[in-house]
Amino acid sequence: MQVLNKILSRYAGEKSDLVPLLQEIQSEYGYLSEELMKEVSHFTNVPESEIYGVATFYTQFRFTPKGKKHISVCTGTACHVTGAQQIIEGMERHLNIKEGETTPDEEYSLESVGCLGCCALAPAAMVNDEIKSKLSLRNIKKLFKGYKPPESSK
Amino acid sequence: MGSIMKFEEMVQQEKKDYNLLFSDKTAVLVGSATCGNSAGAQTAKDIIRSELSDFECEIIDVGCIGLCYAEPIVMVLKPQEPSVIYGNVTKKVARKITRSHIMQDTPLPDYALGSWGAGEIEGITPLFEQKSMRMQERRILRNCGFIDPTNIGHYLAQGGYSGFMRALQMESSEIIKEIKNSGLRGRGGAGFPTWMKWQFCLDSGKKTNYLVCNADEGDPGAFMNRSLLESDPHSVLEGILIAAKTIRAEKAYLYCRAEYPLALERLKTAIKQMKERGFLGKNIMGSEFNLEILIKEGAGAFVCGEETALLASIEGERGTPRTRPPFPTTEGLFGKPTVINNVETMASVTQVMQQGAEKYSQMGTQESKGTKTFSLVGQVKKTGLIEVPLGTTLKEVIFDIGGGILDEGEFKSVQIGGPSGGCVPVQHLDTPIDYSSLLEVGAMMGSGGLVVMDHSTCMVEVARYFLEFIQKESCGKCVPCRLGTKQMLDILTDITVGKGKKKDLDVLPELAEAVKLGSLCGLGQSAPNPILTTMCFFMEEYQSHIEEGICPAKDCKEFITYTIDSETCDGCMGCIKSCPVGAISGEKDKVHIIDTLKCVKCGTCLDLCKKKKNAVILANSC
Repeated sequence: MQVLNKILSRYAGEKSDLVPLLQEIQSEYGYLSEELMKEVSHFTNVPESEIYGVATFYTQFRFTPKGKKHISVCTGTACHVTGAQQIIEGMERHLNIKEGETTPDEEYSLESVGCLGCCALAPAAMVNDEIKSKLSLRNIKKLFKGYKPPESSK
Repeated sequence: MGSIMKFEEMVQQEKKDYNLLFSDKTAVLVGSATCGNSAGAQTAKDIIRSELSDFECEIIDVGCIGLCYAEPIVMVLKPQEPSVIYGNVTKKVARKITRSHIMQDTPLPDYALGSWGAGEIEGITPLFEQKSMRMQERRILRNCGFIDPTNIGHYLAQGGYSGFMRALQMESSEIIKEIKNSGLRGRGGAGFPTWMKWQFCLDSGKKTNYLVCNADEGDPGAFMNRSLLESDPHSVLEGILIAAKTIRAEKAYLYCRAEYPLALERLKTAIKQMKERGFLGKNIMGSEFNLEILIKEGAGAFVCGEETALLASIEGERGTPRTRPPFPTTEGLFGKPTVINNVETMASVTQVMQQGAEKYSQMGTQESKGTKTFSLVGQVKKTGLIEVPLGTTLKEVIFDIGGGILDEGEFKSVQIGGPSGGCVPVQHLDTPIDYSSLLEVGAMMGSGGLVVMDHSTCMVEVARYFLEFIQKESCGKCVPCRLGTKQMLDILTDITVGKGKKKDLDVLPELAEAVKLGSLCGLGQSAPNPILTTMCFFMEEYQSHIEEGICPAKDCKEFITYTIDSETCDGCMGCIKSCPVGAISGEKDKVHIIDTLKCVKCGTCLDLCKKKKNAVILANSC
């Protein structure tokens, strides 16, 4: 909780701090756990239910851990007409998970996002903070080279 | 008056430093915006650096010049010679350029996109004399790709902040008059006159006012703001200074999407440098004017581009829109009068103040003045970021600037204005791009995304795509938008999977009208536009899906099958290896077969075989 306290110490605890505060916590912890949300509620004096209301409204916030490599596939118009859906399905096959899930070994997580603004080189995806462009079912293999997804625990 | 002299001195020094950079040694500019980096600009830079070893050469990261189709882009500047812009700089090309041009003064016309600057180089046409660039008027983008966006000195050397210094000597009423004379209308999409917004805010007569710059560029297919913020952040920040001074705001917010990490990073650097140079803080440039600019990161909600939702988001609430009136200019952020301007509007304000209203208003049409940036993407040859005077036709943009359709395909439609806009068909290609002409064909200017589609794109599927997007992003506050978009999406999905009914074609426009009339904010009010325009111009495609059970574009998966023509297949095994699901079987030199039950209809085999035997056949199943 030391890290959390350090983050909190930079904020005055006003309601308008809520979104940036949650963003900073998520970038540190990877997701917003129940425990963290309780602390934020305590700090800002905003009821937990209301904080959840705000956090669940924005697609950026996650409530489950993400993988070491987090892949966000762009589904903007240009990517859509150049085959974003194929790319997502291809990645799902490679990772043996569905969009929105994390591999059981927490190596990869996969989600689709609104436009990444890399439309001229569509289709594109972001791996952590790095954008990969002109993707195809053939060249995405490189992204997962040597990776074998564990058997699904389900 | 001392502050002006101080500013002049600062500019003189920066100009000197900037010119020194290029006057006596070789320099290399690497396009390092998001598109460049994703295509491998940093790799190209590393190779150039390692090849150079001891050779003296300045390597500078610059922004995006707009020729995204040719990324990575590298520009080589030699003293007293025109510069050469190289495209598609792969590792091999980077090595060649370094050895031949940078180190031995021999340019390589084979890899050059064009030259820049006075003089001629044999075999290389000057970039701005080529058709695609000649048609453009680069005012807002003038620095993009030519200066280091992380160095305020470069911006100052190009005449930066002179517009603000001019504004500093003027009364608010004079600045508003200047903006009014320029004819500038908001570049966020709706085209509201900028001066009027500012005037309303001042008229409210309250003590505290806020300025908000909307950089929540959420329209899928649009990236003008990202590129501008990454390539020339100070041009936007200068506009913010001018606007804040005019409306007497002491606090400005810049609300930028979190999906744009590089833009955010460059903005933070730029703001830090502004503080160091005295352009932010207390008593800016020795005047009475104080300003603080705060960056707010969006958190991934499209509706926050709607101005009242954006304000709610800054206040730490769920980003849902509010009813109007009261308008934000009387009761906005934290209940105070607030002006909300788009990124490009701010950069245009900078233009007006730097060049004067008269020069600015010479461009454009009677009621739409100035230039506008567009992201030109989709099935077009030269994708990228462009800037044209308002009034340029869609045809000129797509065929002259964009070079026409990819793979010599047939133009079908151009989607303009994002999810709120519409699809313009071939018969309306001569429509000039201005606020009113686009409305006449059912589209709207929007923020400036142009997505070109060819005959392989199904228009029903495009409408379904936008509805799916809107439905996901609907905030849920008002019923017509929340439920209406869901119903419309369900109907469109049914049509694209072969379950469409004849009566759907009557229900859709009825629903669309209701959602348009009953929704609270622009998101819902414009949500039916993609349906209405596609139904208006491409009705026969809807009918084919429902009545004949075929998708004319062969795009909707439920309608199509892939097979291999046994006459033409030569058994090369290429498709077998490329198939991601192992649906193709066969032996070497024998005809291959696709297992239609296993096939996921991704088209990989078709793309591959097209260049070889063209034996893969895509057809409607029925």
